[in-house]
This record gives sequence, C-alpha cells and structure tokens, in this order.
Amino acid sequence: MLAFVLTLSLMLLIVVVVVYAERKVAAFMQDRLGPTEAGPYGTLQPLLDVLKLLQKEDIIPSAADKKLFAIAPVLIFVAVFAGFAVIPLSPGLVPAGIGIGVFYFLAIVSLDVIGLLMAGWGSNNKYAMLGAMRSVAQIVSYEIPAGLAILSAVMICQSLDFQEISYQQGAIMNLFPGLEYDTNWLFGIEALGINTTAVGGITTWNIFRAPFLLVAFVVYFIASLAECNRAPFDIPEAESELVAGFHVEYSGFRFAVFFLAEYAMMVLVCLVAVILFLGSWNTPLSNIGPFKLAYLTTGTVGELSGILWGAFWLISKTLVLLFVQLWARWTYPRLRVDQLMHLCWKVLTPVALGLVLLAGIWRLLMV
Amino acid sequence: MEKEAIRNKSGVWDVVKSLVSGARLTMQHFRNAKNRRTPEYVSDENYFKQPDGLATLTYPYEAIPVPDNGRYRLHNEIEDCIVCDLCAKICPVNCITIESVKATEDIGTTSDGTKKRLYAPVFDIDMAKCCYCGLCTSVCPTDCLTMTPVYDFSEVDIKNMVYHFTDLSPEQAQEKQRLFEQQQEEQAAAKAAALAARKKS
Repeated sequence: MLAFVLTLSLMLLIVVVVVYAERKVAAFMQDRLGPTEAGPYGTLQPLLDVLKLLQKEDIIPSAADKKLFAIAPVLIFVAVFAGFAVIPLSPGLVPAGIGIGVFYFLAIVSLDVIGLLMAGWGSNNKYAMLGAMRSVAQIVSYEIPAGLAILSAVMICQSLDFQEISYQQGAIMNLFPGLEYDTNWLFGIEALGINTTAVGGITTWNIFRAPFLLVAFVVYFIASLAECNRAPFDIPEAESELVAGFHVEYSGFRFAVFFLAEYAMMVLVCLVAVILFLGSWNTPLSNIGPFKLAYLTTGTVGELSGILWGAFWLISKTLVLLFVQLWARWTYPRLRVDQLMHLCWKVLTPVALGLVLLAGIWRLLMV
Repeated sequence: MEKEAIRNKSGVWDVVKSLVSGARLTMQHFRNAKNRRTPEYVSDENYFKQPDGLATLTYPYEAIPVPDNGRYRLHNEIEDCIVCDLCAKICPVNCITIESVKATEDIGTTSDGTKKRLYAPVFDIDMAKCCYCGLCTSVCPTDCLTMTPVYDFSEVDIKNMVYHFTDLSPEQAQEKQRLFEQQQEEQAAAKAAALAARKKS
C-alpha cells in the first residue's frame, strides 16, 4: 500500500513537472515566454489546468456506449500506472520486484491499446473510431521494434528482472543475490581482459557494456515516442490540426485522466529506457584509481543514502530523456501515415532484428 | 544549416544530418531563451539588433511605444476649447456631440489667447463610433482636441465608451442656461422699453 501511494505521488509529481516543462520548453524553442501569470514563473499552471478540467461538465454523448465510454479512461490509466509497479526506484526499493518485470511491462502496457479501442468505439463517433484505429495500428506496429530492442538488452543481461538488470549496470553488481561472482568486462568483451566490475559508473551501463545497444536504445526511443503517440508520431491526435483523435468526445475529468495517462506513459517509457540502456539508478561517475566516485555517489544499499542517490540518478536521467522527447516534439514535423509505417516495418524492425542477432553474438563474447 | 532540400531518396546520412541540424536550431533558440527583447521604439538603434531571445513582451507590463503621430484615443482639453463645433461638423461618423450655451460674462481666454464665448454643457465623444481619421484634430482652431497614445481602453459596457469632456455639472449648466435666458429677457425687456420710449416721443 505504501508502495502504491509512493509510486502514485512520485508519478503525479513528475507528470506535473513534465506538463509545465512541456509548455515552457515549447515556448522557449519558439521564442515565446510560456506561462508567466499563474504563480512564480507560471509554475502553478499545470495545477490550474487540472482544476479547470475538473470543473467542467462531464458529458457523455447520448448515443455512446456508456459503460465502455466510462471505463476506457480508467482502464488506460490503470494499464499505464500498473507498469510503474515493476520500476526499481533505487537498490532495495522496488514497488513489486517480480522476476519477469520486463515481460510484465510489455504485457501491461499493451493493455493500453484495448482502452484506446474502447474509447474510440464507445464514443460512437466516426472521428473517435478512426482516431482510435490509427492510434492502435501505430502502437501495435511500433511494439515490434520496441520489443525487439528490449529483447536485445534482455539477451545481454540474461534477465527479465528490472532490478537485476539495474544491478548489472553498476559498481555494486556483486551485492545482488545470484550475481556474486559475475564480472563486467570493458565493452563486454572478455578477450580485452579489462575488468570493470569495480569501476562502475558509465563503463558498466548497458550502452557501454555492449556498445551496439546504443543503436538499440535509439530504436527503442523512436518506437517509444510512437507508442505514447508523441510527436513526430502524433498522427492519431495531431492536436494542432485535427479533432483530438480517440478522445474527441471526452471532457472534464475523463479527459484529464487521458491526459494524465498520456504523460504517465511518456514518463514510463523513459524510465524503462533509462533502466534498460542508461544504467538505471546507477551513477554515471566511475571509480578512477583512488577516487571511489561510484561508491561515493551510490550510497549504502538499504539505507536512506542508497535510496536517495538511486532515486536521484534514475529521475534525473529520466528527466533528461523526457526533455529529449519534448525537444523532438518541437523540432520535427509530423510523419505521414505511409512514412510512419515505412519507418516502422522497413527500417526499425529490420534494424532491431539485426540487433537481436548481434546481441546473441555479443553475449558469447561476454562469458 | 542545410542549404539544399533533402531529396526524396537520399541516404541515411543526409537524413541524419538534416535531423541534427533541425535539433541544433531549436536547441539554439532554447539556449537563447535567457535573452529577452526590450520594449523600444522603432527609431531606437537597438530595435533591429535583437534577433535572438524571446520576442514576446508581457503586454500589460511592457509595451512597444507607439509613434508620436499615431492616431489613438481622442482627448479634449476643455479649458482650451472655444466650443466652435468644427470637430462635430467634420466628423465623418458623427461621434462628437456638442451643445453650447452662450456665456453671459467674460469667461477668459484659451492658452493660445483666443477669447472664449461659449460654455459646453455637453461635449461627448463616442469612442466606439470613432474611426480614428483625425480630421477633428486637424480642424480644431485651438488645438485642444488631440490624439493621445492610449489605445487599450476597451470597456465591458459600451456606454462607457462615450467620453464626457464637459467641465460643467448639469446644475451648473442649467444655471448658465438660466443666466443666459435671463440676460436675453433683460435685453429683450430693455429693447422693448427703448422701443416703447421711442414710440412715445
């Protein structure tokens, strides 16, 4: 129960920060000021937006399928929020440390699609229906390169447990039960003979441990943008041009839930990208000679220092990735539908398949 | 930055270069966001030298000054007005309403030395009707009717768009009217008396 409250409040906090950052970053990139009136520098803007939405009338179209219409936003939010359950916040702090976390994450996030279809179908509106179908087609397609990119990281780590994957990417790897005698080699190549187990820091991050995972990271990042319907893959929503896709009929509180779910999804995919590729809650600083920077900035596992350092690194890396998402949104024009599918099936999927093959070979070099 | 447009079938490298150049452009604007445009008049030498930074001005708090010869809200300096009615006559949209009462005594001169002979119990300008042509200001003989730099004066109630420039209260106006009528009567009586005196003789 404590984990539930903690995760929910942390997620809401990050979402509020991201909503505010979205408006400010967009404004700055377009030489505007962004919100300035609500609170100091407009920091109360996201809260006031939510208050405004809550005041609005809860409209259910008379021709809508009322049950589906009412359940859809809740289902989408629950699906996304359930994904947070397996995210390890720091060494020793994970809401639900299950051994098949990655698999669970992929499965639970796919549930999102059903919510989208329910919303589109339940609205009994042709725009909502078409928006939902496009949204779902896009998400389902992009799950393949995303899944394959995740698979290549999983093959390198030989684990589906987010916490085990996290431990492998740091200087305190040997503290994890089952990894006591494992070693990290530079670039994951044992033949080089450089042991980086105690060096830690960035040298043991997955993108450094197996450098080809940098490509996998890029593939995953692009696919995850498409999965949370973010620009440049926001054809289903296209806020600036179209009626808002599958949630065109929603208003007030239900719309707020969709909005929250969308931003929570952004945070979730960035968290997973950080955990799988960018060293999770591990510090980027390495132990260099006598300077034990990695140990210094990791804290003691199980104590408050360990939790705070872990949460700090994980969240700051996530915020950096979220900034890249916003940056991409305000830089790149939207892809056309055919370009979207071309990118997914003819570029990302073959590349991701190649990465899986490479991951198999690389894994042989690592042991 | 890329000068050529990316052809439809160019290589991966060209696409990556174009993506990077785009990202660099927005990042540059993001980094320049610490600079703000300053609210200066167009004749200021700094006006065209601010290509970077945020272009928005927080309007009610900052604003670019308007030109001196700009045509915005009208103002009548009633002290200097001789109530000649020229402005009301030339107004193409009839937004100026003037009523006048002849003064019974000497009421002084305007600041440019013209003698004032009329009171204006009503001098209303309906700014909601005004078309900002500026004809009234150019015909004004004492230059008391002017265009001010104020342009932000919208009102919730359209009645408030009618500006009253008279310096007389209704009671004072009635008093002046009464005085004028009394003077007229006195003059008429005096005239009648003179006429009667002439008839008698």
